[in-house]
Amino acid sequence: MKTETLKPVMGYIAGLLFGLGLAISGMTDPARVLGFLDLFGAWDPTLMFVLGGAVVTNFIGYRLVFKRTAPIYGEAFQLPTRQDLDGRLIGGAALFGIGWGLSGYCPGPAIASIAGLSLPLVAMLVAMVAGWYVARKVA
Amino acid sequence: MDWSSSLSGLAGGILIGLSATWLMATLGRIAGISGIIGNLITVRPRGDSAWRLTFLLGLISGPLLLMLLGGGLGNVAGTGIDVTGQVIGAPAGGVALMLVAGLLVGVGTGLGSGCTSGHGVCGLARLSPRSMVATLTFLVAAIITVYVMRHVVGGGA
Repeated sequence: MKTETLKPVMGYIAGLLFGLGLAISGMTDPARVLGFLDLFGAWDPTLMFVLGGAVVTNFIGYRLVFKRTAPIYGEAFQLPTRQDLDGRLIGGAALFGIGWGLSGYCPGPAIASIAGLSLPLVAMLVAMVAGWYVARKVA
Repeated sequence: MDWSSSLSGLAGGILIGLSATWLMATLGRIAGISGIIGNLITVRPRGDSAWRLTFLLGLISGPLLLMLLGGGLGNVAGTGIDVTGQVIGAPAGGVALMLVAGLLVGVGTGLGSGCTSGHGVCGLARLSPRSMVATLTFLVAAIITVYVMRHVVGGGA
């Protein structure tokens, strides 16, 4: 098959693995996420295992992948090159953290939870997309 | 400690890590949700949108597949809403709270160039200093927010 045909297939597989991972780990339940963030309440360590498992797996995976000079179906690895810390990075991360703490949703679980359609979730998603547009205007 | 939910968390985390490695190996891309989906919606880059759209469909179909398999696998949501069983939990607040939270998450991940996946799962695996600072910042901000909402204000999330 042609590379251009296969690219979306590779994207689907990546998305499916990601969505399955979120669902199996319970990250599609905001209560569990908030339980992790509530260090001073009945702390739920699950998210620590999710992030730890993902980072370690990907750390090993990236080391193997970067032995290649280019991705299988792409021209080059597209990696961020910036090294500096700036106000936008830290301020943005802080704003995101407040929203995450209020809702228990970061973008992945919020989008993956679409099938559980509820009005508050729709509000969350619409506002998140609006926020992305605002960030583009500001940037 | 509840080891079975920790193990399910670890299993799900490994799948997420494999997803990120897969996307880098095949397409050479960082598996950052806010970047992939945010750019799909706000930029619609010509010739670079199809894989973003299928990634989005895959992301949504992951939990659906788990539901089809019975929904009892892995960690189940304690407050699941009836139709979707226990895979997807109910939102932690009403429309007003979610509008505020969603706007903050959108603006924040837009300005900060990433979220839990881009900075957390991928950036930490690349040992990126920017991602380490971003991850620490949003974790601390989220922990403080939950502390204030639950233990200072009392009600809320």
